[in-house]
Amino acid sequence: MFNSKRLAPVAAAGVLALALTACGGSTGGGGGGGGGEADGPASQNLDARGPITYVQGKDNSDVVRPLIKKWNEAHPDEKVTFKEQSDSADQQHDDLVQNFQAQNEEYDVMSVDVIWTAEFAAQGWLQPLEDELAIETGDMLPATVASGTYNDTLYTAPQSSDAGLLYYRKDLVPKAPETWEEMMGMCDIAEENDMGCYAGQFAKYEGLTVNTVEAINTAGGDILDDSGKPTLETPEAKAGLTNLVEGFETGNIPEQTITFMEEQSRIAFQDGDLLFLRNWPYVYGLAKNEESSKVQDKFAIAPLPGRDGPGASALGGHNVGISVYSDNKATAHDFVEFITSPETQKFYALQGSLAPVLTDLYDDPELVKELPYLPVLKTSIENAVPRPVTPFYPAVSKAIQDNSYAALQGEKSVDQALADMQQAITSAAAGS
Amino acid sequence: MAVQAVPVGDAEKPPGEKPGSSGNGKRRIPGQGRWAALFIAPTLVLLAVVILYPIISAIVMSLQQDAGLDPATGLFVEGGFAGLNNYTQWLLQQCAAVGGGTVPCAPGSLGAQFWSATGITFFFTIVTVALETVFGFWMALIMARAFKGRGILRGAVLVPWAIPTAVTAKLWFFIFAFNGVANNLFNTTILWTGSEWPARFAIIIADVWKTTPFMALLILAGLQMIPGDVYEAAKVDGASAWQRFVHITLPLVKPALIVAILFRVLDAMRMYDLPAILTGGANGTTTLSILVVEQIRQGFNSAAALSTITFIIIFLVAFIFIKFLGANVAADSTSGGKAKIK
Repeated sequence: MFNSKRLAPVAAAGVLALALTACGGSTGGGGGGGGGEADGPASQNLDARGPITYVQGKDNSDVVRPLIKKWNEAHPDEKVTFKEQSDSADQQHDDLVQNFQAQNEEYDVMSVDVIWTAEFAAQGWLQPLEDELAIETGDMLPATVASGTYNDTLYTAPQSSDAGLLYYRKDLVPKAPETWEEMMGMCDIAEENDMGCYAGQFAKYEGLTVNTVEAINTAGGDILDDSGKPTLETPEAKAGLTNLVEGFETGNIPEQTITFMEEQSRIAFQDGDLLFLRNWPYVYGLAKNEESSKVQDKFAIAPLPGRDGPGASALGGHNVGISVYSDNKATAHDFVEFITSPETQKFYALQGSLAPVLTDLYDDPELVKELPYLPVLKTSIENAVPRPVTPFYPAVSKAIQDNSYAALQGEKSVDQALADMQQAITSAAAGS
Repeated sequence: MAVQAVPVGDAEKPPGEKPGSSGNGKRRIPGQGRWAALFIAPTLVLLAVVILYPIISAIVMSLQQDAGLDPATGLFVEGGFAGLNNYTQWLLQQCAAVGGGTVPCAPGSLGAQFWSATGITFFFTIVTVALETVFGFWMALIMARAFKGRGILRGAVLVPWAIPTAVTAKLWFFIFAFNGVANNLFNTTILWTGSEWPARFAIIIADVWKTTPFMALLILAGLQMIPGDVYEAAKVDGASAWQRFVHITLPLVKPALIVAILFRVLDAMRMYDLPAILTGGANGTTTLSILVVEQIRQGFNSAAALSTITFIIIFLVAFIFIKFLGANVAADSTSGGKAKIK
């Protein structure tokens, strides 16, 4: 017992070390520079066909199995096996990283969260979707295509999307606010009704990154420029973060929202404690249908409020990519086309409430009947900006969260927070 | 044969007769040595594979630079040999600068959090172990008495410890939510997970609730090693209850107590799940283990350096305990009781 306790951290490091040395030994020159080399893994097996595996996190809404069944019936010689990962995004990420490092050819096609694309692409693990593997993206919403693009090359095909919406109390607010100022001006109504005015997700986690990035993008700022350098010490970025900080100072954003993640903020809205809420589309169905919801018929949705029009939402969702180590890339490519096809996206939307990436589907009457928020979501995604596309996403997100959190709590001035963000991101990209 | 080989280790003549011997003493001794080596070898190999190799591997990794980006291709390239850069990054809080060299790590980078994480880890360790020792001793004294329903009480006391820590953390997460049980019960509006000291107290409360039973049981085992006639003799001599506690209970329970405290200290120093779930490391509750896990996602080699530092810190603490406080973990000749504790 004593030994195992004392050595637990080492053992943990050791497991990691085993994984890494395994990789280091076999990767040789292939890993990093693989993309450009003439006979690197990215140029092999391009025409090969045969059985493949599709890897994705837990299939909560039961859409993947029926889809694969349909594919397997049509392609008896190129069957797809479903490898289901855990429910946790972090574990999915780590599982993919380990299998890429082991150059596992069993992982052919995988579902990739939009924030992982750049990291996997820069590691040389994702097959560029060009030439014979190209995917038609002309009908897709541009922001979703940008989320799958790194260095002007498409590495992952957009599959499902997600963006923030403004939920508001239509019984109290005559018309949805279009700008941030307009919304803050309506906070008197909240005060009269003894409720909080606006809430997002401000606990220190990925949700705070999303809310901060949205505030900065909406005010016209950018986190990173095209070359991946941070651009946070600008008047626009300052204006964006100041909006949130002033919200906390004036009480328009209630102080307890500093502990809110998606669920806490949803429940506060459903309990009638909030006038405005920024959240994802999943809230719509729950607030409408849950018995405990006190706002079932009292709320409506709008695009996020912006500077002089719709605000710039951050983009969520999943893309699909092909591993460079896949044995059967031609089959993998066909399967990617199948899983991003209009039929599949419609099926995903109806069965799993996953928002499509194809522009046309947002006007599909059958879909709009089932998911009434689609037209608003379309506006939101059209104005959305992908979260920073950088191979150092975890460090960038951490820099944003920590400093934004300190600014919201009043421990740091907005200028200082942005300067620290700028420096922390610069260090991360310089190779920590 | 295997049973006979157990007391082997030196070339002394084994005391007593061995049944089924295959020859005289002179031939048996070298033969036994070979057998012993053969029997021990799998254990040694196993230990080397699961302990020695990872440690060495971690150290080797910690001397490598994390992969950096090639600006021309946008692809990661191997970082190469780093020397002690990964260690200075943590200990001196120097982060890489553009174009080589280092700058002080900015707030929001993990490198800037090493000393605060070390400080908070020791803070949690000292406060929680102190509280758990006091409460655990008290609970053990109650449980050691003979009374009706003692079995039920012992079982009930164990419940918090039997619940997985992740579940405990989630339970307390809901209790400490803004609209949670704690605020409703005391009619307060404290942001338990949203400000510094409340967040720390929340973690301490949850940890003490969970692990005091563990302390209590270890101390109880020590208490039961004390023979009852010692107390009877003290009573006959007219010792008061306090004197009996200070002069009999404390000294006799000390070996078990020190081991219990050692276990808890080492456990508390690698605390991860409770703060990770309860606060996500926000508001100055990032422990060393949380920092390691966060760094793993940003670069393995730096994380290996940090694990090595953490290992050394914990190793030193354990060393101090065993060397200076006389924690007798290996349960040698002095007492069989401590072996049972394990």
